[in-house]
Amino acid sequence: MSVPHKLVEVRDLKMHFPIRGGLLQRVVGAVKAVDGVSFDIYQGETLGLVGESGCGKSTCGRALLRLYEVTGGSILIEGKDIAEVNAEELRQMRPTMQMVFQDPQASLNPRMSVANIIAEPLDEHMKLSKSERQARIAELMDQVGLNRDFANRYPHEFSGGQRQRIGIARALALNPKFIVCDEPIAALDVSIQAQVVNLLEDLQDRLGLTYLFISHDLSMVRHIATRVAVMYLGKIVELAPRAALYSTPQHPYTQALLSAVPDPDPAIAANRHRQILTGDVPSPANPPKGCNFNTRCPKVMEICRQKDPEFREVSPGCFAACHLLNDDQNNKPGRVT
Amino acid sequence: MTEPVRANTAVVPPQPVRVAPAPRSQWWGVWDQFRTHKGALAGLGFFVFILLAVTLGPLLWTIDPTFIDIRARNQGPSLAHPFGTDQLGRDTLARMISGGRTSVSVGLMAMVLSLILGTLVGVLAGYFKRLDGLLMRFTDLFLALPLLPLLLVIILLFRDPLRAAFGPETGIFILIVGVIGITSWMQTARIVRGDVLALKEREFVLAARSIGTPNRRMITRHILPNVLSPIMVSATLGIANAIITESALSFLGLGFPSDFPTWGRLLFDSTDYLQQYPERVMWPGLAISLTVLSVNYIGDGLRDALDPRIRGR
Repeated sequence: MSVPHKLVEVRDLKMHFPIRGGLLQRVVGAVKAVDGVSFDIYQGETLGLVGESGCGKSTCGRALLRLYEVTGGSILIEGKDIAEVNAEELRQMRPTMQMVFQDPQASLNPRMSVANIIAEPLDEHMKLSKSERQARIAELMDQVGLNRDFANRYPHEFSGGQRQRIGIARALALNPKFIVCDEPIAALDVSIQAQVVNLLEDLQDRLGLTYLFISHDLSMVRHIATRVAVMYLGKIVELAPRAALYSTPQHPYTQALLSAVPDPDPAIAANRHRQILTGDVPSPANPPKGCNFNTRCPKVMEICRQKDPEFREVSPGCFAACHLLNDDQNNKPGRVT
Repeated sequence: MTEPVRANTAVVPPQPVRVAPAPRSQWWGVWDQFRTHKGALAGLGFFVFILLAVTLGPLLWTIDPTFIDIRARNQGPSLAHPFGTDQLGRDTLARMISGGRTSVSVGLMAMVLSLILGTLVGVLAGYFKRLDGLLMRFTDLFLALPLLPLLLVIILLFRDPLRAAFGPETGIFILIVGVIGITSWMQTARIVRGDVLALKEREFVLAARSIGTPNRRMITRHILPNVLSPIMVSATLGIANAIITESALSFLGLGFPSDFPTWGRLLFDSTDYLQQYPERVMWPGLAISLTVLSVNYIGDGLRDALDPRIRGR
C-alpha cells in the first residue's frame, strides 16, 4: 500500500428520518440517525465501524450504498457522488459496491434457489449465456466454499454459516471493489463467526476487496480491520489505525467501550479497571446540546455542554472529536505519546 | 449426481471438475410435492373429470338439453335418462353437462378476473406508498357497496347493450363474469396489500435493491412469489364464490335466460319440486359442492407445493 488510493470519500453525511405526528401527519421532528459523518476508505483496506446498538452504524452503511435517500452530505465512490446521481446512473454503479447483510435468513428470498439468488446480480447487470451463467455460479460457490451440488437447494435447507456464504457469493457476483459488511457475523454462533471472517479475509487477499466492516464486536473488528471508526449517537467520535485505537484510545467514549471488552485471562480480568458509563444513550431525535457524549462522559467539562467538538486530526492518521484533545487543553488523560 | 465409487484404484485420479448440476425446473419439485397431498390429487382428479365431462360429454351423451319430451316428464333415473327428467321431460344429465360448462367457465373466468384485479390493486397499494391511500379507499368504497342492489343495477343497465353486441348467451356470459369479477376482488386486494407491506421491509428486498433490481422485477421476482399463498387461497375460494354467486343470480332470475341451463338455474328450477322429487335438487347441488371442494383441495395442495420450505418434507 505505497500510494493509498481513496476509494470512498464521505463528507458530512447526514441521514435524518422524519417523525410525523398530529392529525395531518406533518413532520414534527427528525431522528438524526447519522448526523454529519466524514471518513475515507482506502483501496484494499478494511474500515471497521463500531458502536453500540442504535448509534447509526447500519444506517450509515446503507446510506453509503444509497439504499436510503440521504438528507445531506456527499458520498464519493471512485470520484462519483452517489448521493447525487440519478436512478439509471446509480444502477450502472451498483456493480462496484455490494452489501453483505446481518441476518442471512432474512436477506435471502426463501422462494428462490441458491443458484438463482447468486445469479440475480448477473441477470441484472450482465448478459450471460446459460452455460456461462452456470459456470459463474459454480465458480462463485467454490470461492465461498459451498458445495456446487447445492445449487438447486433453497435457503432454508442451509445452516446459518452456509446462508451467510450464499449472501457473500451474491455480493461477489459482479466483482465489486467495495463491500459493506453490515454485521455479517452478528447472527452467527462463535465457531461459525471465525469461519466467515476468515473467508472474508481470504477473499480480500485474493480479489483485492475493500470492506466497510460494521460490527459491535470489538475483538472481531480488532482482528479484521485496518482502521477503526467509533460511532456514538450518529457521529464518529474517533477514527484511528487499529493498533493506535486499541492501545491508546483518545476519546473517553472509546476508552469506556474498550474497557468493556472481556479479557480471556482471569488474572488480568480481575485486576482490570472497568469504566462503567452511567445513564442511557440520549434519543437521536433530540440529541443534547454541545458534544453528543456530554450526558455520560466521565470527563465532561463546561465547554462540552456548549460547543460541539470538531472532528479533527489529533495525531497523524488519528482523528477524534473531543474538547479534551484540543491543543489549548493541556490536561490530556489517557494520552500516551 | 452419484459418482460411481472406484474402490480399488491405487492412484486416485484428481476428481474431475464437476460443473454445478443443471438447474432442475422447480415445477418438477412442485409436482413431486403436489403428488404427496392425497386430497389435492383426488381433487385434481375430480376437477379434471368435471372438465372432461362438460367439454367432451355432449359428444357421448347426444340428447339435446333443450329437447322437450312432455310425455317423459318427471321420470326417475332409468337407462334412457340416468339422472331422470324434469317437469318438461328434458333430460337432466344433458342439462347438467351443458349447465356445468357454463357454471365452471363462469367460475374460472370470474376467479381469474377478480384475482388479477385484487392482486394488481394489492401489490400496487402495498409497494408504492403514494398509491396506498387512494387505492385502499377505493377498495373500501367497493367493500361498502351493497352487493345485490349493485348487481341488479349493473345487469339492468348493461344486459341489453351486451346482448345486442355479442348475442344473448355470450353477452350475458361476459356480463356475469364481469359483474362477479369486479365485485369480489376486494378481499384479495386487502390480504395481498398486507403481505406486501410486510415483505417490502424484509432484508432480501433491500438486498435486491442494493443489486440494482428495478421495481417491476422486484415485484415479479421477490414480491409476487412470496404472496402466492394468500393469492392461492383466495383463488380457490373465489371459484367457489363465483359459482355460488352465479347460482344466486340465476336463482333471482337475473342470470342467463331461463331456458339456458346452468347448475344454479337447475337448482332453482328443482326447488319447486323439492317435496315430490328431492333427487332433482341433489344433482346440481352435489355437482356444485363437489367442484368447489375439489378446487379447494387443489388450492391447498398447490399452496403447499409452491412453498420450498414445506416441499420435500
